[in-house]
Amino acid sequence: MIMKKYSIFSLLRNSMSYHENWQKNWRSPDPKSEYDVIIVGGGGHGLATAYYLAKECGITNVAVIEKGWIGGGNTGRNTTIVRSNYLWDESAAIYEHAMKLWEGLSQELNYNVMFSQRGLLHLAHNVHDLQEIGRRGNAIHFNGIDSEFLTPAQVKEMVPLINLNCRYPVLGALLQRRGGNARHDAVAWGYARAADAMGVDIIQNCEVTGFNIENGVVKGVETTRGSIKGKKVGVVTAGHSGVMAEMAGFRLPIESFPLQAMVSEPLKPCINTVIMSGAVHVYISQSDKGELVVGAGSDNFVSYSQRGSFDMIDHIISPMVELFPFTSRLRMMRQWGGIVDVTIDRSPIVSKTPVENLYFNCGWGTGGFKCTPGSGHVFAHSLANGEMHPIAQPFSMNRFNTGALIDEGAAAAVAH
Amino acid sequence: MLLIECPWCGERDQTEFTCHGEAHIVRPKNPDELTDEQWGDYVFFRSNPKGLHKERWVHDHGCRRWFNVVRHTHTDIVYGSYKPGEPAPEVSEEALKGGKK
Ligand SMILES: Cc1cc2nc3c(=O)[nH]c(=O)nc-3n(C[C@H](O)[C@H](O)[C@H](O)COP(=O)(O)OP(=O)(O)OC[C@H]3O[C@@H](n4cnc5c(N)ncnc54)[C@H](O)[C@@H]3O)c2cc1C
Ligand SMILES: [Zn+2]
Repeated sequence: MIMKKYSIFSLLRNSMSYHENWQKNWRSPDPKSEYDVIIVGGGGHGLATAYYLAKECGITNVAVIEKGWIGGGNTGRNTTIVRSNYLWDESAAIYEHAMKLWEGLSQELNYNVMFSQRGLLHLAHNVHDLQEIGRRGNAIHFNGIDSEFLTPAQVKEMVPLINLNCRYPVLGALLQRRGGNARHDAVAWGYARAADAMGVDIIQNCEVTGFNIENGVVKGVETTRGSIKGKKVGVVTAGHSGVMAEMAGFRLPIESFPLQAMVSEPLKPCINTVIMSGAVHVYISQSDKGELVVGAGSDNFVSYSQRGSFDMIDHIISPMVELFPFTSRLRMMRQWGGIVDVTIDRSPIVSKTPVENLYFNCGWGTGGFKCTPGSGHVFAHSLANGEMHPIAQPFSMNRFNTGALIDEGAAAAVAH
Repeated sequence: MLLIECPWCGERDQTEFTCHGEAHIVRPKNPDELTDEQWGDYVFFRSNPKGLHKERWVHDHGCRRWFNVVRHTHTDIVYGSYKPGEPAPEVSEEALKGGKK
């Protein structure tokens, strides 16, 4: 199938037929009996992996196997914050790699992912916060990534509606101007459409129920639509990674927790940047539809319920109202949860596993949306070459044995 | 929100407690003989099952004592609590699938 490009002309042409003849974004093929690479999990990371495999590695005999609908996992449930202001060099390398890919993504995919670099503020509310953003801000500079320190007055100038003298006064902020938001669904759909056009099979409503492993080498997967052979298998299942690892016979240094978010009724434009606070624990942005998108911490018990606890709603809303008193009478419209795969050092696992030719890309926890392009890109190269991409190497699951953890506890303390 | 039964205080709202993860992870008796792999496994690796989970809870805003809970992580149904050192309560076939108590 030849992908028809979106352009002003295609828009005009399709308006002639009442927009009823737009090409389908991707096919719905039956699974073939064998693929060069099988990707398990059709979230953004899995779809991006398939896209870069086809685009940059010339491997097009690829299937993405998704148990529900693509993007229906955390990709379609997150609060879409994109940034690359992490503390450690390893993190800077992978998140900034993603940021650079974001910057050209809509053009590259011919799909508007609505990437908006509206800036992102990390607020500091106490001396410790100030020291943390000081240390991290300087580390970020050393890695050649943009970040600026703001005084409270500068924060107020950027975000006039903020209440600086709330219960925990705002003492400063770290700003990344290149940070912002993107449209989550569009990211999944854009990668899916572009991958499909290069021959990748996207197979939805097909659950992987087991791996076929012979002598420690993976040979394919069992699914609800029969067994499928694969020379290599990449597992990108976020919250369900522990379940997948169990099927393959090993454990991961991961626990799965519910994380929830919510949106308000639509408002006129009032917050034109992203505001995050680790200390009072909330993050807020305004969607293009006008809704305030807010989230905070995850539940602290393992659960696959895809529902956050009721009491968390209070934890999300009270700091929002403290920081933005005008929201006190706002009605919240929708609330939902996703299952996030959290590692102890708050850094992902992009790694080989004890099973040969079986690779895992997981542990992105509460903050992996921002890295969708970067993660997919380095994972594709790793799958294609059989050796982990240099940017991915530090994120091996071996680090939990060697002790070479990449502790992003502070940069990622807010779930975002 | 869950209703958690403290073995000493009875059923209380989950917000009185915090959960501290998988229970019955035994600290190795011979730490200096362990390989890095075994240490890593003990410190960081977890079963994280989608199913029955035995986990440690502490009643912070109550008696402040520790105990264990059996819960199904898909349905969040709690099947009972037990004190440290006590055996876990028996659960039914249905409970294994996350069904009613
Ligand atoms: C409420 C919330 C807010 C968040 N906010 C942010 C944010 O602001 N910024 C940020 O960067 N990150 C954020 N995150 C984290 C981010 O959403 C995730 O890290 C990221 O989307 C993970 O993408 P993924 O493609 O790996 O996973 P997913 O999108 O979850 O995809 C995994 C897919 O695997 C499928 N799957 C699972 N098991 C199987 C199986 N057996 N067979 C076949 N398919 C299977 C699932 O159905 C799912 O579609 C947030 C998460 C949540 C829940
Ligand atoms: Zn008690």
